[in-house]
Amino acid sequence: MSATATSILNLPDQATATIPKKNFITAEDGLLSWLLTGDHKRIAMLYIISITFFFFIGGAFAGLIRLELLTPQPDLVASDTYNKLFTMHGIIMVFLFLVPSVPATLGNFLIPIMLGARDLAFPKINLLSWYLYVIGGTLTLTALMLGGVDTGWTFTTPLSTHYLNTHVVTTAMAIFVAGFSSIFTGLNFIVTIHRMRCPGMTWFRMPLFVWAHYAASVLMVLGTPVLAIAIVLVALERLVGIGVFDPTKGGDPLLFQHLFWFYSHPAVYIMILPGMGVISEVISTFSRKRVFGYTAVAFSSVAIALFGFFVWEHHMFIMGVSNYSALVFSLLTMLVAVPSAIKIFNWAFTLQKGSITFETPMLYAFGFMGLFTIGGLTGVFLGSLGMDIQLTETYFIVAHFHFVMVGGMLMAFLSGVHFWWPKMTGRMYPESLSKLAAVVTFIGFNLTFLPQFILGYLGMPRRYHAYPPEFQVLNVLSTAGATVLGVGYLLPVLYLAWSLKYGPVAGDNPWQATGLEWQIQSPPLTENFPEIPIMDHEAYDYEWLEHKTAHEVKAVG
Amino acid sequence: MDSAIETTHSEHDAAEHEHVFVPQHRHHFETEEQQREAGSFGMWLFLLTEIMFFGGMFFAYLLFRNWYYDAFVAASNTLNIGMGAANTAILITSGFFMALAVWAAEVRKKNLLVIFLVLTTVFGCAFLGVKYFEYKEKFELHHVPGASFDVSQFVNPPIDAKTGKPVGKPLAPDVVQHTQIFFFLYFAMTGMHALHMIIGIGILFWLLLRAQRGEFSVGYVAPIENFGLYWHFVDIVWIFLFPLLYLINRHPLAH
Amino acid sequence: MGISPVIWQFLVKWLTASALFPREGSTIAPWMDELYFFLLAMTVVGLVLVGAILFTFSVRYRKSVHPVATQIEGSTLLEATWTIIPLAIFLITFVWGAVLYFRIYNPPVNSMNIYIVGKQWMWKAEHPGGQHEINALHVPVGQNIQLTMISQDVFHSFSIPEFRIKREVIPGRYSTVWFNATTPGEYHLFCTQYCGTNHSAMIGTITAMSPADYKKWTEDSTSGMSLAQNGERLFASMGCNACHSGTAAARGPSLAGVYGSKLTLTNGSQVLVNDAYLRDAILNPSQHVTSGYAPIMPTYQGQISEDGLIDLVEYLKGLNTNYRVQQTLTTSQSDQTAPTTPGVVKP
Repeated sequence: MSATATSILNLPDQATATIPKKNFITAEDGLLSWLLTGDHKRIAMLYIISITFFFFIGGAFAGLIRLELLTPQPDLVASDTYNKLFTMHGIIMVFLFLVPSVPATLGNFLIPIMLGARDLAFPKINLLSWYLYVIGGTLTLTALMLGGVDTGWTFTTPLSTHYLNTHVVTTAMAIFVAGFSSIFTGLNFIVTIHRMRCPGMTWFRMPLFVWAHYAASVLMVLGTPVLAIAIVLVALERLVGIGVFDPTKGGDPLLFQHLFWFYSHPAVYIMILPGMGVISEVISTFSRKRVFGYTAVAFSSVAIALFGFFVWEHHMFIMGVSNYSALVFSLLTMLVAVPSAIKIFNWAFTLQKGSITFETPMLYAFGFMGLFTIGGLTGVFLGSLGMDIQLTETYFIVAHFHFVMVGGMLMAFLSGVHFWWPKMTGRMYPESLSKLAAVVTFIGFNLTFLPQFILGYLGMPRRYHAYPPEFQVLNVLSTAGATVLGVGYLLPVLYLAWSLKYGPVAGDNPWQATGLEWQIQSPPLTENFPEIPIMDHEAYDYEWLEHKTAHEVKAVG
Repeated sequence: MDSAIETTHSEHDAAEHEHVFVPQHRHHFETEEQQREAGSFGMWLFLLTEIMFFGGMFFAYLLFRNWYYDAFVAASNTLNIGMGAANTAILITSGFFMALAVWAAEVRKKNLLVIFLVLTTVFGCAFLGVKYFEYKEKFELHHVPGASFDVSQFVNPPIDAKTGKPVGKPLAPDVVQHTQIFFFLYFAMTGMHALHMIIGIGILFWLLLRAQRGEFSVGYVAPIENFGLYWHFVDIVWIFLFPLLYLINRHPLAH
Repeated sequence: MGISPVIWQFLVKWLTASALFPREGSTIAPWMDELYFFLLAMTVVGLVLVGAILFTFSVRYRKSVHPVATQIEGSTLLEATWTIIPLAIFLITFVWGAVLYFRIYNPPVNSMNIYIVGKQWMWKAEHPGGQHEINALHVPVGQNIQLTMISQDVFHSFSIPEFRIKREVIPGRYSTVWFNATTPGEYHLFCTQYCGTNHSAMIGTITAMSPADYKKWTEDSTSGMSLAQNGERLFASMGCNACHSGTAAARGPSLAGVYGSKLTLTNGSQVLVNDAYLRDAILNPSQHVTSGYAPIMPTYQGQISEDGLIDLVEYLKGLNTNYRVQQTLTTSQSDQTAPTTPGVVKP
């Protein structure tokens, strides 16, 4: 084991740990047992594989985009191809990667265990969610093979309804189906959290990971259907030739934008809240302390979800909306920024008087804190009406959302994957290599996206295939960073796969964390617990844990 | 203090073993009550998503009705109110039989349950049948949005035989295109509603088969109850659609 | 301004020279930059604060020097602090940004109006004197310029980063933005709303010139009739003069002096006659019938381009008497020289 003196890995029971013979992976054999499973843990594994697959396709498109932008001229690909590249990059990364990432993988795996339940409320619907995701993904790939779509991931009308002849309807249907995957996941989580907590597990004894997923699930359930109807109306308008978005026939193209952003703004909170849940768990574990201000963090998650529904027009400030509505939405946008700030400070103060170690999940969490702070504060730039005029539709926006989504969410996802990898697989990943990957990712990310803030204020528009020569230096820096970032993302795939066979055995609780998932074997049994537990202590109760380890209680294996 | 992962007490164990689980009990639930409550909650949540889904179209309709009042009133008056009213009655009756089916399941009367489910299905199909004739009429009158949309009825409204006056106010040419928007929304909303009815009827067939086999007359009523919720929801959507599309600003002279 | 003008000028000059910061080319640019620097400062302070907390605690409480953690529930005082202070800063940002927004989107009354028509994938600028430009715009410095913009197809967005202005160009209705250029020079024009294949080619150059140079340019580059003259021609050739002749028994209302007035419609409502109203009335006449008149005006939707509509609107803006309208009733084309309109150069 590559444990260092300050690591918590060198505890007696870890040295003698073995992979339990009976666990959810060995429980049944054969492809069908995986494809027809109801076990939330197996479904989580299915998701991890499919999400990684789509991530690298979306990432390849990003690579091509950055490659094209090395030079000011449009010389690598044709304009139509370039437009298809950024459209598919956006669609795949948002709908097929970020939205399902933490909820469908870590959420599916952990929420029942964290609550002391045997499975989610509706295992068959959970499996259906995965199939809907795969069908949505396949339809997206079909659209790609047939020639792609170039509407931009935002499907702005009337461009998408009347001025393009690419495969808009196929892609719209793909997103429609993938959206239902998201809705059913959220529905499953809400019912599970309400109805399947074990005895003694009150709302305020749940881990903050669960609170974050609860808030995100409410957004999934209420927001996604509005996206569904918006794209159905776009598809109908393309098929019928007339609809409600065509200004020449009396329709209103801005109506589409209202319907679209009514979902797509909550969508960004769907994407980030589960990541914030991961950060709560990781910072707590590696400081050996309860999260500072547990109640504040829990309520902040709910506040973000609630306020998140009322800010969508901030994507349309310069589109000719009424000045007074712009005022209202700008004010609400300022309000929604506050709970995120509260969380950042609470996490930072969790470190105070803790006992801190710096394993890979913690490194990713620190990266998250810094990058999400930048990303979130640049959001305040954009929520400020006058500032938005200069910055909207430029690379500033691109930099802002990549900071929160990639610097924030993706780092949180990687943090969570590394943190719970030993629980899910029973194996530990190689610590030095993973630390290297974390640092490489952090450096590559900053090099890629910090220049884009500068480009944005300079005025370089987004979705541009060619640009004035004076912007080249910054673009070259950005592409260089993207190359480094690509390496940083490739490494985990390689060493995590390697660790499945060759990684050291992790044992039940390598991090000595609280939380019900760490009190059972790694990997867990199919039914999670031999007997349903009774929760009689608070979340993050390190005193309880200390008392327990002193008694060397072994988990059932 | 002992480990928090206590095993449950033996008295509890005994009570559990005495409890007879219905065969449909899923083992990730601890009690049947938990399963039933979770299923019901899940269905209510799903209906909430459906409200958000239809809500987008309702919002678009209300917006355009406000903007293009005259065109929407003229177009709305061409809808067949007789068929709409008949459909409303049919759907309410269907809902009534569904409620009776839930009762029959709860009192474990298998034959009644099957009869009521059949009646629910029959009335559901009747609704779709009337809808078919309505759509056919629209198609023949060239009121389907698209290339073959015919605006002549709105520019020169036909004369009512009884009163000798035109059935409605003629619309100016620049405004008449807005009637297409009305029909687009009409077909989108009633079409989406009809799609939900078709899915519901499909599920009804499946439930009928299972009811005939006796699965729902042994105390396991959750699927019937939850489907009942869905069916009543589809009914309620129609109760909103009918006045909004057919009834408001109806000319007293119209057919 | 809040900070010393000397420091400000130094800062801006240094930044601009380093190609990391856009030139300030308009009167509103310093206001925008001031807010930007405030927000940058806020971000740096926030980042440094969070970074300092993380770093200090990580060093002081690392496991090797602090092996046992002290369980702390929280602190209401701290929660209140880091709720109220960020909220206050964000609210300041809100007010500041809102004021700037209203400044940029409410043009001053004495602005010179230039029309912009966007279409896939080019910009057309139309000066009142009839000068037409493609992907270019010549403007005088020191003069308030209002752009009245419309799209012929999809959404575009008219952006001059160095003037710090940007506005969406929408199909179906006018949008406006204004600026006052301060320094002669050439500035980038971009379309910033994705609009299809050649979105990145929909760029151009804004040329700001001294008033004398601008006057010379307008004289040299006139391409025929002014917008208003073209509008007058259209007014006659499309038959508008038949109903809007200005005589007592005319079937349509007199349009002399109608621009800027308050009109009562048949449904009782009162409207202010501006560019958007005039355009809408030509395209959807049945919804804009002046009280006392029958709704008999045919629609011109599909028969006039956006350019033609701009010509007509510009013509109606300057129409003070119906003299020439009645003159053209017997001839189908107006081929007489136009009366002088101040500021407009004759061919």
